[in-house]
Amino acid sequence: MTETFTAVRPTGGTLIEQFEFGLDAPICLTWELTYACNLSCNHCLSSSGRRDPNELTTKQCEDIIDELQRMQVFYVNIGGGEPTIRPDFWHLLDYAIAHEVGIKFSTNGSRITPEKARLLAATDYVDVQVSLDGATAQVNDPLRGEGSFDMALKALTNLAEAGFKDAKISVVVTRDNIHQLDAFKTLADQFGATLRLTRLRPSGRGADIWDQLHPTAKQQRELYDWLLLNGEGVLTGDSFFHLAAYGEAMPGLNLCGAGRVVCLIDPIGDVYACPFAIHDRFKAGNVLDGNGFQEVWQESELFLELRSPQTGGACSSCSAYDSCRGGCMAAKFFTGLPLDGPDPECVKGHSEDALLDPNRVIPLASQDHSRASARKNGGPIPITISRQVPARFCDEDPLTESAALNSVTT
Amino acid sequence: MWRLLSRPVVELTEILQLSPSVALRPEPFGALAYHFGNRRLTFLKRPELVQVVSSLNGTDPLKDVLQKCEIPEPNWDIFTKAIASLMKADMIHSLSPGMTSQKEPHND
Repeated sequence: MTETFTAVRPTGGTLIEQFEFGLDAPICLTWELTYACNLSCNHCLSSSGRRDPNELTTKQCEDIIDELQRMQVFYVNIGGGEPTIRPDFWHLLDYAIAHEVGIKFSTNGSRITPEKARLLAATDYVDVQVSLDGATAQVNDPLRGEGSFDMALKALTNLAEAGFKDAKISVVVTRDNIHQLDAFKTLADQFGATLRLTRLRPSGRGADIWDQLHPTAKQQRELYDWLLLNGEGVLTGDSFFHLAAYGEAMPGLNLCGAGRVVCLIDPIGDVYACPFAIHDRFKAGNVLDGNGFQEVWQESELFLELRSPQTGGACSSCSAYDSCRGGCMAAKFFTGLPLDGPDPECVKGHSEDALLDPNRVIPLASQDHSRASARKNGGPIPITISRQVPARFCDEDPLTESAALNSVTT
Repeated sequence: MWRLLSRPVVELTEILQLSPSVALRPEPFGALAYHFGNRRLTFLKRPELVQVVSSLNGTDPLKDVLQKCEIPEPNWDIFTKAIASLMKADMIHSLSPGMTSQKEPHND
C-alpha cells in the first residue's frame, strides 16, 4: 500500500488527470436505501429482494445526510431495491433537500401514485428516474416481471399529469431491447422525459444472465453509431466508455470513476467503489465505523489504491487504450477477467479468448438479498439502480470546466 | 467559435458578486462550484481562480480584486475569460449598472 502515496498529483492539467487522483468528496454518490423490492428483475445489480435486517435506521440515514452536507456532496442518486418501499423514504427525501443534498431516485414506479406525483412536482431539487427495459411489455416484462411495463408507464403518466418536468426513463441496454432504441426515445419524448441508457453489467443477478443478454459485437457497433447520432439528448451514466475504442469519445468522462469520483453506500452502510461493484473485493468500509463516510472516502486503503496510477496491463500495447482505458473494472471482475486486462466487451475483441477459457472462474457473490424464487441459478431478486454519469467536459477554458450536473451524476 | 462569440464580456471596472445560489467546495486542484438553481457543476482548476472568485465581494471592481489577489497583470486576460464564462453560467453576477450579464436559461 505504501506505493499508493508515491505518485504526486499534478498541478493544472486536465480534469481527467485530476480525477484519477480522486476528489475530497464524491461528485457521483449512489446510495441504495434498501435491498427490499417488490420486483425481481433478472439483472438486478444489487441482487435485491429481501430487506436486510441491519438496514440503516432513519436516524442513521439522517446522520449520513448531515455528513454529506458537511462534505458538500450536492447531489445523491438514491436506489435500491425499491427505495420508496422504505416507510421513511419521503421523510428522508425532504430531509436531504432541506440539507442541501439534492436527490435523484430510481424507482420501478409502483408507488408513484397521482398523489405522490403531485408531491414530487411541487418539490424542488428532486429528479425521478423510472426503470424500464423494454419499449413494449413483450420485451420488458420477461426481464423485469409481469406487469412491470404497465407499472412504469402508469408512473410516467402520473408524473406528466402532475406537471413533473423532465423525468428520466432509465434503460439497461440488452441484446433483446437494443432494436428499440428509437422507440425508447419516442416514448421518452411522449412523456416529456429524458432517456437514459446504461450498460448491462454482470453484477449481482446480472451475472446469471449476462452471457445471454449482453449486446453482441454487432449490436455494440449499432449502439455506438446510435449514440453518436442521438447522444446529445440522451443520458448514459458514462456507461459506454468502452465503446470509445471504436474511435469517437463517448459523452462523459471516459474514465472509470470508481473510488475516485464515484462510490456506493449500501443499505447497511457498507461503502463500495461503485454501484456495480457490490462485492467484498471492492468494499472500502462502513459508514458506522470510525469517523463515518468521510474517513472511508478519504482514507480507506481500497480507495487510495484505486487513486494510484493504474497500469494498462495486457491493454498497454493496444492502440485504443487511451480511449477506453481498459473498460469497466466491475465488468471484468464479475466475468472472471483480470482487472488489468481488456473489458469483457472489448470492441477490439481482445477478451474473446479469455471469455472462452474453460478455467475462467466467476467470483462468488458476497451478498445476495434475492428472494428464493428469483435466482436463475438458484438464488434471489430485483430492481435496477441508478448509476451516475459524467459530463461533457470541454477544454475551452484553461481555468474552468463546466457541466450540467444532470449529465454528470445521472 | 460560437462559444467565444456568445461569451459575455466582463470589464475590469465591473463590480461582481458570487451568486448566492452557488457553493464552492474546495478540492486539491482548486474547487467545485455548484449552482443550486440550475444544477450546473463547474470545476475551477486553479487555486488562484478560487481565491479571485471567493474575493468577489460585491463592492470592489474586478481590477482591484485581481490586484488584491496578486494576480500578475499579464495573466488578467485569462482570468477575465474564466470569470466571463462563470457569469455565463450564472455563477457570478455583475452589480454594475448597465452591465447585465447574459445568462443561460435555467433548465429546471
